[in-house]
Amino acid sequence: MSRSEAPAEIESKPGATKPDPILKVSGLVRQFGGLKAVDVEHLEIERNKITALIGPNGAGKTTFFNLITGFDQPNAGEWTYNGHPMKALGPHQMAKQGMVRTFQLTKSLSKLTVIENMKLGAANQVGESLGKALLPFTWKKQEAEIERRADALLDRFNMSHMRSEFAASLSGGQRKLLEMARALMAEPEIVMLDEPMAGVNPALTQELLGHVKELREEGRTIVFVEHDMDVVRDISDWVVVMAQGQIIAEGTHAEIGANQEVIDAYLGRHHDEEMSSDKAQESGTESFSQSEPDENSGLEKESNDE
Amino acid sequence: MDILDIIGSALKAGLRPETAYISLAAIGLNIHFGYTGLLNFGQAGFMAVGAYGLAIPVFAFEASLWVGLACGITASVIFALLLGYPTLRLRADYLAIVTIAAAEIFRFIVRATGLREITGGSNGINGFSSGFYEANPYTSSVGFELGFLDFNYTAREAWVMTVGWGIVLTGIAFTYFAINSPWGRVLKSVREDEDAVRSLGKNAYSFKMQSLVIGGVFGAIGGMILALAQGSVQPSPVDLGPTRTFLAYAALIIGGTGKLWGPVAGSFIFISLLSFTDTFIRSAQAEGWIDESFIAPNEVGIARFVILGIALMLLMTFRPQGIFGSKREMALDV
Repeated sequence: MSRSEAPAEIESKPGATKPDPILKVSGLVRQFGGLKAVDVEHLEIERNKITALIGPNGAGKTTFFNLITGFDQPNAGEWTYNGHPMKALGPHQMAKQGMVRTFQLTKSLSKLTVIENMKLGAANQVGESLGKALLPFTWKKQEAEIERRADALLDRFNMSHMRSEFAASLSGGQRKLLEMARALMAEPEIVMLDEPMAGVNPALTQELLGHVKELREEGRTIVFVEHDMDVVRDISDWVVVMAQGQIIAEGTHAEIGANQEVIDAYLGRHHDEEMSSDKAQESGTESFSQSEPDENSGLEKESNDE
Repeated sequence: MDILDIIGSALKAGLRPETAYISLAAIGLNIHFGYTGLLNFGQAGFMAVGAYGLAIPVFAFEASLWVGLACGITASVIFALLLGYPTLRLRADYLAIVTIAAAEIFRFIVRATGLREITGGSNGINGFSSGFYEANPYTSSVGFELGFLDFNYTAREAWVMTVGWGIVLTGIAFTYFAINSPWGRVLKSVREDEDAVRSLGKNAYSFKMQSLVIGGVFGAIGGMILALAQGSVQPSPVDLGPTRTFLAYAALIIGGTGKLWGPVAGSFIFISLLSFTDTFIRSAQAEGWIDESFIAPNEVGIARFVILGIALMLLMTFRPQGIFGSKREMALDV
C-alpha cells in the first residue's frame, strides 16, 4: 500500500525535511497587490513519491505550481531542483531539465492530431532546428523512433483509436489523458499535474490513477493538485495542505485528516460553533468522511466530540 | 463586349509580376499568421525594407545589384529582430500594433526630404534596375495564344515573371519542407498554445522569432520583385503602405490560411478578379449598360474594390476557410 510506504522518519509538520528531496522550495512569495497568493516558508518534495497538494479554493496551489515551473515570477524566494537553483530559468528550460507540468485547463493543441500532439512532447529533436528541418534525412530516423514511442504511450493510455483525430475533437477527459501522455513523451523526472482528475468520469479516473501509480513504479516523482479526496487517499504517499498561500500541514493522508489546522482551513475556524452541527458536517466533512469510511477519520471525531 | 476576352485578359493579369510579389508577401504572412499565429500587420514594411535595401546601395552608393540584394535581406532580418524583441513576449495583438506602426514609420522616414540624397525622398528611387534587365535572356515578347487566351508578355515582364515565379516556387518548396518537419510542428503548436509548447521544453519565443524573420524575409524579397518590376520604389501608401499589407492578407485569406498553396492561389484569384471587374465595368460602360452618372470612368478603380470587398465578405460568410482550407479544421476554432 502506498501509505504504508511513506517513510516513518519524516515529521508531519509544515516544512519537514525529507531524506531525498528532488525539489526544495524556500521563502517563496508571490503577491498580487496586497494579497499574498503564495507564501511558502519551506517545502521539500521527496523523490520517487506521489505528493498531493490540497487546499481550499484560492489557497494558492496553482499559483505555486506556476511559480516553480517558471510560468509566473515570484516576488521573493528560491527553489532548487536536484540541487540546481531554478529561479533564473524560463519554463522551457525547467522542462528541459526534467520538470514537466500539465495544466488545470487542458492545453491540447486543437488543430494538431493526437499523434502530432504526442510527438511534440519528445525532447531533443534534431528536426526542431530550422537548418536540419529542411534536410529530412537528418531527422527521419529519430522521428520514426519518436512515433514508435508515442504510439506505445497512446496504447498504454487507451487512446490509439484517436491517433489521427484532431485534438479538438477529444472529450475533456480524453484531453486530460492526452496531456498527461504528452508530458510523458518528454521523459520527465518529475511530473506536476494540476487537477488531473477534474471533469474526468469515475471509470477514466481509475484508469488515470493506475497510470499515475505506474509512473512512480518507473521511478518518477509526481506532484499533483487535487480536490477529490478519494483520489488523494488512493494514490498519494504524502499530502501537503495549503491555505491562504501558506503550507499549513504535511503528512500522510491519515495524519492530515486528523489535523485541526486543516479542518479549520476547510471549514472555517468557527465551523463548530454557530452552525448546527449536522449542517457543518454535511457541507464540509463530506469529502473526508467519504474518503475514509472505515478509518473513522480524525475530522469526524473532532466535529462529533465538540 | 466579349466576356471570354475579359476572362482571358483577367487570367493573363493573374500571372503578371504583381501576383508574384503579392504571393511572396502572402507566403510570408502564411508563415507568420497561418502557421505561427503571429499577427503581422506590417508586411508592407518588410517589403519596403527589402525594396529600399535593394535600391539604396545601387542608387546612392553605385553598388551592384547583388550587394543590394544582400543588403535588402540583411535589413529585413534586422527589422524583424527589432520588432520581435520587445513584442514577441507579449500577446499577439501587441505585435500587430507594433508592426503596422513600424511599417509606417519606415515609410515616412524614407520619404523625408533630408534623406533625398539616399532615399530619393517622396519621389522614391528610379534607375537602379538596369543591371537586372541587362541580364534579361528574352529579346522579344514571350508567350502563346490559345483561343480566347492570350498569354503574351513583353520581354521585360517575362523576365520579372520568370524570376518572380521561380522564387515563389522556391518559397513554396521551402514552406513545404519546413512546415512538414518537427520545426513546423513546433510552429503550429505555438499557434495553438504557447504555454503548452513551453511546458514541453521548447523555447516558444525563439520559434516565434524565427518565424517572424523568415516570413519577413519573404516579404522583403516580394518587395524587391516589386521594385524590379516597377523599375522604381515609391513610398506611397498603395505601393508599400498599409494597402499592400491588406491586399496580401486578402489574398492569403481567399486562398486559405495555413495551407501550402493558399497564398499563391489567393493572389492569383485576387489579381485576376481585380482585372476582371475593372475590364468588365469599363466595357459595360462602353456598351452603355452602366450609366456614367452611376460609376464615372475615373471611379472604376474604386468601384472594383467595392465589388471585391463585397465578394470577400460573401466568401467569409459562406466559405470562411478559403479555397484550400478545410471546413472541418475551421469548425474546431471555437
